[in-house]
Amino acid sequence: METMRLNDVTANDLPWKIKYDASRCTMCGSCVATCSFKAILPKVERRRMVFSEGNFPEPKQRFSAVPVIRQAKSIKNYCRGCGMCEKICPNDAIKPERNPDTRHPIITRCLGGDSIKRGGRKNLEGSTRTLDKIRVGRISQMTDPSLDAQRHTFDLLAPFGRILPPKKLPFHPDQDQQLVTTDLTPPVNWIYPVIIGDMSIGALSWRMWEGVAMATAYLNEECGMPVRMCSGEGGVPVRLLKSKYLKYLILQIASGHFGWNRIVKTMPYMIEDPAGILIKIGQGAKPGDGGLLMAQKVAEHIQAIRGVPKADLLSPPNHQGLYSIEESVQKMFLSFNAAFKFRVPVAIKVAASATSVSVFNNLVRDPYNIVGGFFLDGIDGGTGAAHEVSLDHTGHPIVSKLRDCYLAAVTQGRQGQIPLWAAGGLGKTGDLAADAFKMICLGANGVFTGKLILQMAGCVGNDQGRCNACNTGLCPAGITTQEPQLAHRLDPEKVAQNIVNYYLAMDQEFKKLMAPIGNSSLPVGRADALVATDHAVAERLQIQHVC
Amino acid sequence: MCRIGAIKSLNYIHPSMALQLMQSQQKGHDNSGFAMVMQNLGGIFRQYKKLPTLSMACTDAGIKIAEDILHEIGFLRVMQWAPEVNNQPGLDINAMPNYVFETFDYPRAYRNADQKEKEELLLNTRLKLRAALEPNEEGFAYSFWPDVITLKEIGDPRDIGTYFNLWEPNKRFTAKVITAQCRQNTNYDIVRYAAHPFHLQGYTALANGENTFYLKNKEFQQGLHRGYIGFESDSQCFLYTLHYVHRELGWPLSYYKHVVTPLPFEEIDQREDQKQLLGIRQSLAHLEINGPNTIIGMLPNNTLFTCCDAKKLRPVVIGRDESTVVISSEVCGINEILPNRNWETDIYPNEREVVVIDDKLEVQRWKQ
Repeated sequence: METMRLNDVTANDLPWKIKYDASRCTMCGSCVATCSFKAILPKVERRRMVFSEGNFPEPKQRFSAVPVIRQAKSIKNYCRGCGMCEKICPNDAIKPERNPDTRHPIITRCLGGDSIKRGGRKNLEGSTRTLDKIRVGRISQMTDPSLDAQRHTFDLLAPFGRILPPKKLPFHPDQDQQLVTTDLTPPVNWIYPVIIGDMSIGALSWRMWEGVAMATAYLNEECGMPVRMCSGEGGVPVRLLKSKYLKYLILQIASGHFGWNRIVKTMPYMIEDPAGILIKIGQGAKPGDGGLLMAQKVAEHIQAIRGVPKADLLSPPNHQGLYSIEESVQKMFLSFNAAFKFRVPVAIKVAASATSVSVFNNLVRDPYNIVGGFFLDGIDGGTGAAHEVSLDHTGHPIVSKLRDCYLAAVTQGRQGQIPLWAAGGLGKTGDLAADAFKMICLGANGVFTGKLILQMAGCVGNDQGRCNACNTGLCPAGITTQEPQLAHRLDPEKVAQNIVNYYLAMDQEFKKLMAPIGNSSLPVGRADALVATDHAVAERLQIQHVC
Repeated sequence: MCRIGAIKSLNYIHPSMALQLMQSQQKGHDNSGFAMVMQNLGGIFRQYKKLPTLSMACTDAGIKIAEDILHEIGFLRVMQWAPEVNNQPGLDINAMPNYVFETFDYPRAYRNADQKEKEELLLNTRLKLRAALEPNEEGFAYSFWPDVITLKEIGDPRDIGTYFNLWEPNKRFTAKVITAQCRQNTNYDIVRYAAHPFHLQGYTALANGENTFYLKNKEFQQGLHRGYIGFESDSQCFLYTLHYVHRELGWPLSYYKHVVTPLPFEEIDQREDQKQLLGIRQSLAHLEINGPNTIIGMLPNNTLFTCCDAKKLRPVVIGRDESTVVISSEVCGINEILPNRNWETDIYPNEREVVVIDDKLEVQRWKQ
């Protein structure tokens, strides 16, 4: 028998415990084969059986070697609770169970001497979400009738691009009393108010990324919904850059500039303009921190797209060379505007922060009118990889900050001039239409979502610590991995189908929310349509308190 | 619910006609008030068309406050008229002590000023009067503009008509355009300013319906112009947008419709002027209206028009004979005052139409 030391890792120290019923197990080996974390392994147990055969007790013993499935007791190969074993077991013989007595946060640090990294969302349990304390409470009735969600037409589009103040519109009446344009105006694209958020082709498997891109194309070409997808920081396959589908893609540049060498070189061959450029300054899930792609995910094709060796890829927390908002406006925005000859809107993405309003004010007051969108990302956003301490303990909730920015614009009479796009845990309960609609009433022009898209594809991770292993490259669903055998678990067409269907459902739900308040176009800033059941929320957001 | 009406004639007409127009629609409103704006004035005001007339309801102290302000700015009174009131018992009217209609000459310094300067002076003066009269409700300055008179009061329109002797036609108090409405702001607080028609720098608007984008409109309009104040009623937003589009931006009237009820995106995509229409949707998004409503508007040049919300959720009809055009929420009102017209020429506008009546009473139907 092995010696057991006090500080040895045991199953009881780990966040999940494998519950295994040897009597139901057929030894098919499926669970072991499917566990991408190698958190379970076959093992032979020595069993002792005491028995008596005669009429009187004559104990005898028999020893046998029994094959069983056991849990790995390691902080490297530990169970993440993904449940793939349970999913695949034909006999319900195995499943992970959450271990409330886990010592994982302590022993991992003690044994590793390194900070804990993971993917997913913030896992600290909060109280009820702010958005769940808000209802669409201003219902049109009688003299001001509700619309009919099924029969009336609705305009469900949001602007992406810089909106001029009315008096700066270069429109003048001609002799026929028709307005004619006498000068250039900034490019603005009207798009569906839910953008597929920025997830890079390194963070996602190529099959997942393909599925998302396919869904985007299908929604546009077959469903007539101008949904846009953001590339994330990590480049774009050249084939897509040169295709007509580029017009559905918002290209992101972040502080690592990953993939931009290829994008720039492909520009002469582009037959369509991209839908926009998004300059990522910060991310809600890990504000003040740059992107992180662990070496284990930097597969050969990722090296090619990004032009990098196989190594941990860390984007710096800042864009090098930008020391002020003015500089960011002048350098980056002008560069990108010029690169695409002022045909493509350029927007900025920042992490929600106590200082967001100052940043927004500076941008909205810029005299050049070139910032084409303010993407604000809150603490509940997801990420492929981050230090857990950042994920759980840094950041700022999105709801009040979005509202602050909108009201700052209202105070200056500049609402709508820089479209506001919000994210960070929206759709966390699976109900994105409701969350997005409430955010729009509070002042957002639209929202963007990433984690929920993964969940549509089959991601089993959640905010109670389940899976959250996007950083490992061992995604059991084949979504955030570059391992061919794992990526092939994912059917890109099924991914696309799920995303398309979710969008179709969401579109109907938007109408079911717009109709009762009697609006046929998006009620941006119509906070009077909302009521809050929580007094503090009502007061903070300046909406009606109800009880 | 509101009922609204407007009469435009080649001849000078008396407000009794407006009262008759509205009286037959009384089941549709709640008899809580009466308000009208008269423009292109006849009778005793006819010879003062270039000079501003102050329309005000106030206390005795209010008169003093207003006259001091006007005197200080340098306005010189050239004409004063107060309606003879018939204060018989039992009338349902919440009357103010005084109703003042005074015409002024411009201050000496402004005699040679250009039109624009004069117009800004008139607005500034009215805003000043309003602010000074507001604290103790000493008075309500409704309009201060050449060739325009406004009367508003709380009570039963029939009794308000009796109180001001408006049922009996005469030639002293007439105009070629009269817009009228018979309801106070019963959705919210009863405030005299909340009754439409509203007037601002020669622009008048009144509406039957709701504006569910009121908050968006209001928040945006507050920063657009110093004259966009009050917001006691969601219908004021219609006036301010009209003023902004036509006067401040200098755009043709047809674009008012594109601002308040923009075309759906798929229709804009088919249009040659999509660049302009998208620009409007973008920059003037917060002036869009939603909810059911019909608007009647009047421009400084006496052009009268009407249009509806994008789903046509409120009624309006236009009837006419050789000398008069009438816009009304309900056809019964027109039947009352133009019984002999050819009703087959009545117009029931659709949701994408603006019906415009010019000074020759030519009726144009503009498709958005």
